Amino acid sequence: MREILRLEDVSLVYQAENGEVTALENFSLTALEGEQVAIVGPSGCGKSTLLSIIAGLEPPTHGKVYLEGEQVRGVSEKIGYMLQKDNLLQWRTIRSNVLLGLEIRGMLTAENIAYAEDLLQTYGLWEFADKYPSQLSGGMRQRAALIRTLATQPKLLLLDEAFSALDYQTRLAVTDDVFEILKSVGKTAIIVTHDIPEGISMADRVVVVSGRPGRVKSIHKIELDASGGQLTTPLQRRANPRFTHYFNTIWKELDLNE
Amino acid sequence: MNKKISTLGRKEISAEREAYLAGRKRKKLQVRACQIALLVLFIAAWEVFARLGVIDSFIMSSPSRILRTLANFSGNGLLVHVGITCFETLVGFGLGALIGNAIAFTLWWSPFLARVAAPYLVVLNALPKIALGPVIIVWVGAGMQAIIVMALAISLIVTVLEMLGGFASTDKELIKMAKTFGATRWQTFVKIIYPSNLQVLFGSLKINIGLSLVGVIAGEFLVSRAGLGYLIIYGGQVFQMDLVMTSVLLLGVLAALLYGGVALLEKKVMKFVQR
Repeated sequence: MREILRLEDVSLVYQAENGEVTALENFSLTALEGEQVAIVGPSGCGKSTLLSIIAGLEPPTHGKVYLEGEQVRGVSEKIGYMLQKDNLLQWRTIRSNVLLGLEIRGMLTAENIAYAEDLLQTYGLWEFADKYPSQLSGGMRQRAALIRTLATQPKLLLLDEAFSALDYQTRLAVTDDVFEILKSVGKTAIIVTHDIPEGISMADRVVVVSGRPGRVKSIHKIELDASGGQLTTPLQRRANPRFTHYFNTIWKELDLNE
Repeated sequence: MNKKISTLGRKEISAEREAYLAGRKRKKLQVRACQIALLVLFIAAWEVFARLGVIDSFIMSSPSRILRTLANFSGNGLLVHVGITCFETLVGFGLGALIGNAIAFTLWWSPFLARVAAPYLVVLNALPKIALGPVIIVWVGAGMQAIIVMALAISLIVTVLEMLGGFASTDKELIKMAKTFGATRWQTFVKIIYPSNLQVLFGSLKINIGLSLVGVIAGEFLVSRAGLGYLIIYGGQVFQMDLVMTSVLLLGVLAALLYGGVALLEKKVMKFVQR
């Protein structure tokens, strides 16, 4: 499989008034096309910073980031970034919210609009297109936010604790939804979470990050898919007996850090 | 959530709900009735005491005298003066809003400038702008222009501070979201920051319409050519309390109408935005 993302020895040092803070140290990582990589670690280990660097919002102090072989300088059009909150604009309808990314990038072509509307239809938000975000449930809003990101047809998706603002039940359901969406369009995704089960249930690989400064501690390949090539949802993956094994391994590793 | 609303939409109102709604309506009517009664009582008492000679209607005026002054609007030019005050207020208010927003935008654009300007803004905000009246008259001349500048001066700094505060406290996550799509600063401002602060804008407009009126009246006191402020000063000097009281009454009505106008504009804009 083709390599989409490569991080080479990325470090980030913040300059603050009372000294220097090393958020990330010699962080190297690759992601292949269609692969989902989860990044788990204690809070404050620089997980979100890592995504900001990949997205080009922040330049790394040292090291390089490559996207499809090109070095990332500035915000890249190949990346779709989903934040913790849906960040839908209250004064816009769902349709208009979903088109915001295209609008900002100056890509509001008939073709792209049709694609976005297609996504609304496919993911069950079509009848809510003319409603305002306040009229939708949390899960639906998060789905709208995902469509806003997907509408720009990114090569790589970054999910930054994208489900943690939802209540538990909605969260499980939305995780399933998002997983299916990612798999159906074959998107590569980097999923940052502090929720170990969520990471295991969604990812092909789980990267454990040590506490400050953030370093790659270990990488676990997750094999929970049922044989036969059928899509196994995160909920089904959670039911796999090996799930607990992965959980315990990763849990212990995280625990040893502290 | 939707279910509840839809059952309410249909005509299946329970007896309890009907009683609750009737109770609310009754409370509302009671308040309104008391408000009107208070006003009527006040006017009646004023008139009766004036006629009985308990209060001196030469000094305190009376409702009937005010009514007579109002009826004589063609003779004393009341309408012209109201028009002038209204015009000056609207121009000063409009300029204050425009220039204030432009300055706030500039300071948002350049955090360096904002930091430089901060102490000056604080001092200018605390300074009673009316104290600048004589200076303004010397600078721009004793006429309508001086009055408008006073109205502007009084509302400008408040607008700048309010808007700048609003811009600065815009939800950081929304801004980050826009940035992930590669938004430029201008796009961030137009698509995220300004629309997020419409409530702040109208809050400041509602305060400023009143402040502009204060500036205009103070200006008219000083310039003394025309307007309700002039009438009040003039009436006081020639001891025509009827004219003073009538002007104050009209001023109250004008203030309420101007505020109502801004509130209406807010409603319209918010509806337009949520289209």
